[in-house]
Amino acid sequence: MKKLSTVLAMIAFLFSTTVFPVLAANQPPQKGEGLPAINLPVPKNPDEKNYLGLSGSGTLKISQIKAKVVIVEIFSMYCPYCQKDAPGVNELYRLIENNPDIKNKIKIIGIGAGNSSYEVEVFRKTYNVPFPLFPDKDFTIHKACGEVRTPYFMVVKINEDGTHQIVHTQLGEYPGAESFLELVLKASGLK
Amino acid sequence: MEKKRLTHIILIIGSLSVFLSVSMAFAISDVYKGNIYQVGTLKPIDSKLKVKVGDPAPPFTLPAISGEKISLGQYRGKKNVVLSFVPAAWTPVCSDQWPGYNIAKDIFNQYDAVLLGITVDNIPTLFAWTNQMGQLWFPVLSDFWPHGAVAKRYGVLRSGGVSERALFVIDKKGTIRYIDVHDINKRPPLEDLAAALEKLKK
Repeated sequence: MKKLSTVLAMIAFLFSTTVFPVLAANQPPQKGEGLPAINLPVPKNPDEKNYLGLSGSGTLKISQIKAKVVIVEIFSMYCPYCQKDAPGVNELYRLIENNPDIKNKIKIIGIGAGNSSYEVEVFRKTYNVPFPLFPDKDFTIHKACGEVRTPYFMVVKINEDGTHQIVHTQLGEYPGAESFLELVLKASGLK
Repeated sequence: MEKKRLTHIILIIGSLSVFLSVSMAFAISDVYKGNIYQVGTLKPIDSKLKVKVGDPAPPFTLPAISGEKISLGQYRGKKNVVLSFVPAAWTPVCSDQWPGYNIAKDIFNQYDAVLLGITVDNIPTLFAWTNQMGQLWFPVLSDFWPHGAVAKRYGVLRSGGVSERALFVIDKKGTIRYIDVHDINKRPPLEDLAAALEKLKK
């Protein structure tokens, strides 16, 4: 009995300390940290694939996106603030794409927390979102990101050697495209 | 010896509780900030349906936030009707179900359907709560008094006095064509409802 309970205790303890943190984080990723393990499917749409500088199929890590900076928005089609901010985030995309100095350096993606592909498509269609959106139907990514409230923006700097770190995070309070771009340029050192 | 065993058991329970702690991943929009009351995980379904697919939908008239009274009968012969019962204002899953429907008006239009949102909360509560969602295009009805009478008639009133998270699709003839009494802890995927509306065409 004693042996059994000792073994069980050890298993339970190891499980809770080693497996659990991979599944769910206690708090959202912060500035200075790396991203949690996020695997996204390589988009099937050739325009999106091209935008992210990817080829082939399978899964991708955000640090594999061909850019110096990736802006990740954790959103939900069910979130009123995300809906309200959507046109402003589209505007950010246009500001970047229309500026030859930064066009190929900064990319934007959205991850729909708890949204199915169908739901992400409704959001894309409603707001004509021009950048790639990924579903996170089972909240897997959302859990890995500490179940953060939405919208949550993470500005990720991708280094030459393939490493990356988060240089800015922001919960809600989207300040508008121009201010946000300014903030991204400063935080990432592109300016 | 006994003490050691007890320590082990505590350690097991403690470790497992960290692992099992259920987190509420819904109502994650920052719009609600600290105003969502965390209900924890509830019994998925806690009532017994009193209607089934193929039955005539029980008629009702309820007050809407707008001040008007809405009757199910007014859509007869004109529109398909989706009833969306949600358990309660200011609770996790409910707070983000309707904002999603709010940007899916095209889908309802496509199938010539209206959406009626219903809870057992009173009108002032529903007013304050839905104001956080932006301007809703569909009527929100209060089944507050006699408390939960409509929910009860359909068989979706839970023992605690709130309704289930339930969707009913009623065709233009007033016949129930689809019922989803969903796990109260989860949001029904929009594609399931869209598929049910698609079937009305056949």
